[in-house]
Amino acid sequence: MISNLLASSFSGAIRALTGARALWRCSPSSDHRVYYGNHVSHGDFVMIWSALPPALRRQVRPVAGADYWQRDALRRYLIREVFNGVLIERDPAQRKQDAIETLCDAVDGGNSLILFPEGTRNQGDEPLLPFKSGLYHLAHCRPELEFVPVWIDNLARVMPKGKVLPLPLLCTATFGETLRLRADEDKQAFLDRARNALLALSEHGSAPAAGNAANISHGAAE
Amino acid sequence: MNDLIGFVREWPHSVLLFAGVACVLLIATVIAEWLRWKTRDAPSQVVANLVARIRAWWVMAIVVGLAFAIGRVGMIVLFAIVSLFALREFITLTPTRRSDYYALLAAFYLALPLQYWLVYIDWYGLYTLLIPVYAFLLLPILSTIGGDTTRYLERTAKVQWGLMICVFCISHVPALINLHIPGYEGRNLLLIAFLVIVVQSSDVLQYVWGKLCGKRLIAPKLSPSKTVEGFVGGVASATALGAALWWITPFTPLQAAALALVINLMGFYGGLVMSAIKRDRGIKDWGHMIEGHGGVLDRLDSVCFAAPVFFHLIRYWWV
Repeated sequence: MISNLLASSFSGAIRALTGARALWRCSPSSDHRVYYGNHVSHGDFVMIWSALPPALRRQVRPVAGADYWQRDALRRYLIREVFNGVLIERDPAQRKQDAIETLCDAVDGGNSLILFPEGTRNQGDEPLLPFKSGLYHLAHCRPELEFVPVWIDNLARVMPKGKVLPLPLLCTATFGETLRLRADEDKQAFLDRARNALLALSEHGSAPAAGNAANISHGAAE
Repeated sequence: MNDLIGFVREWPHSVLLFAGVACVLLIATVIAEWLRWKTRDAPSQVVANLVARIRAWWVMAIVVGLAFAIGRVGMIVLFAIVSLFALREFITLTPTRRSDYYALLAAFYLALPLQYWLVYIDWYGLYTLLIPVYAFLLLPILSTIGGDTTRYLERTAKVQWGLMICVFCISHVPALINLHIPGYEGRNLLLIAFLVIVVQSSDVLQYVWGKLCGKRLIAPKLSPSKTVEGFVGGVASATALGAALWWITPFTPLQAAALALVINLMGFYGGLVMSAIKRDRGIKDWGHMIEGHGGVLDRLDSVCFAAPVFFHLIRYWWV
């Protein structure tokens, strides 16, 4: 009850602050999907979540780093009860269960996932870091899964790293066309295809990203 | 008690005015729905946009009407919120860097509320200087935090410009309530109605004249839709409308026409200037908040440029 209320207020706050505008290139669907996005801020999964139609939200679970979210009682409560996250251990030495197995279990349990394949928040000038291989391994284990690229625009400016008060700026989440692992596709080819599909969305967001504008806005996205 | 008398004294005019606005919107709705019915076999983008625009006009008229009914505080709060939305659109589309965080924080959370609070307490001297002088000096100081010199002048200029247009200029709309015009006490809300109705009608009439008989583009590099015929017809008919509304103002019909002409011209150039910024940024609209119109700034660009001039002309000659 309280956790549902908290979830709605996080999502309401991000919508009030940023507009959380959603642009769909594929049709919203309750099929099992993996939404994968660029990761620039802690607000990212709340943003994707808020941009989804309310009917889909409850069955979509964010994948989060256990090391970060288990650091204290408040974070544990938020990620488990409020955001209904799937926790995976990023450090292989600490793992009790294989990360891909954890994700497959969540998918088999009837959920869609939100995943940030860069593995960590992008604080640099590059628009998108190289992808970790988890996305491929998940696709390999569950080839029927649809992958939806989601480009989140501008959210890094709303709350730069280490700052407390968010700025009210408009953000857009662009949902691209779905993709699946092809029968003969190897790891690198799939990861490149997935990454390019996500990057392609960045050029069509609300903020223009041509010429000088690209330089200065990417500077802001560090 | 004075407020109450003032309210009662002004309501017949304001009721007449809003009834008039409702009539115009009703006629527009009928025409648009008829056009939609006529083109039902081949739905057109222009008609769909027209229908959306008119629906949005209903919403805007109702929101302004509610603020009008609440009175002075309602107007100040409404325009403070409008400023916030406008500044959010402006800063979203004019990229800044991480090191501008504190300047933006001060713009959104300090300058904006302070400006409207000064309008509320009617401290004319300070709300005229706050953004052009004090914010102008403070924001670049805040932007030096972190020592980032990349495009420094460009970044600070953008934040200052955004504040001037979206907060300083727009705050001059509710500031009209503060003007003490002899013989016009308690009716100042109608000045806001005059400004908003005349300038917005000028936009609409330029659009209508342009669609009906527009041929030559007036500024092809700045705006793909503004035509010479739209400009002349729109400004002339909105000026006539301003003259016809003299009874809600402290002006004679001739004075009302002259002021309407000035604010219509300012509004036209405001649209051109904001359009130039949009073209440079490679975008069509400032935002998506108002269905069919674009963002708040797309709707208010003309009011931004007209309001301070209207305010100061009245303050100089009528106060």
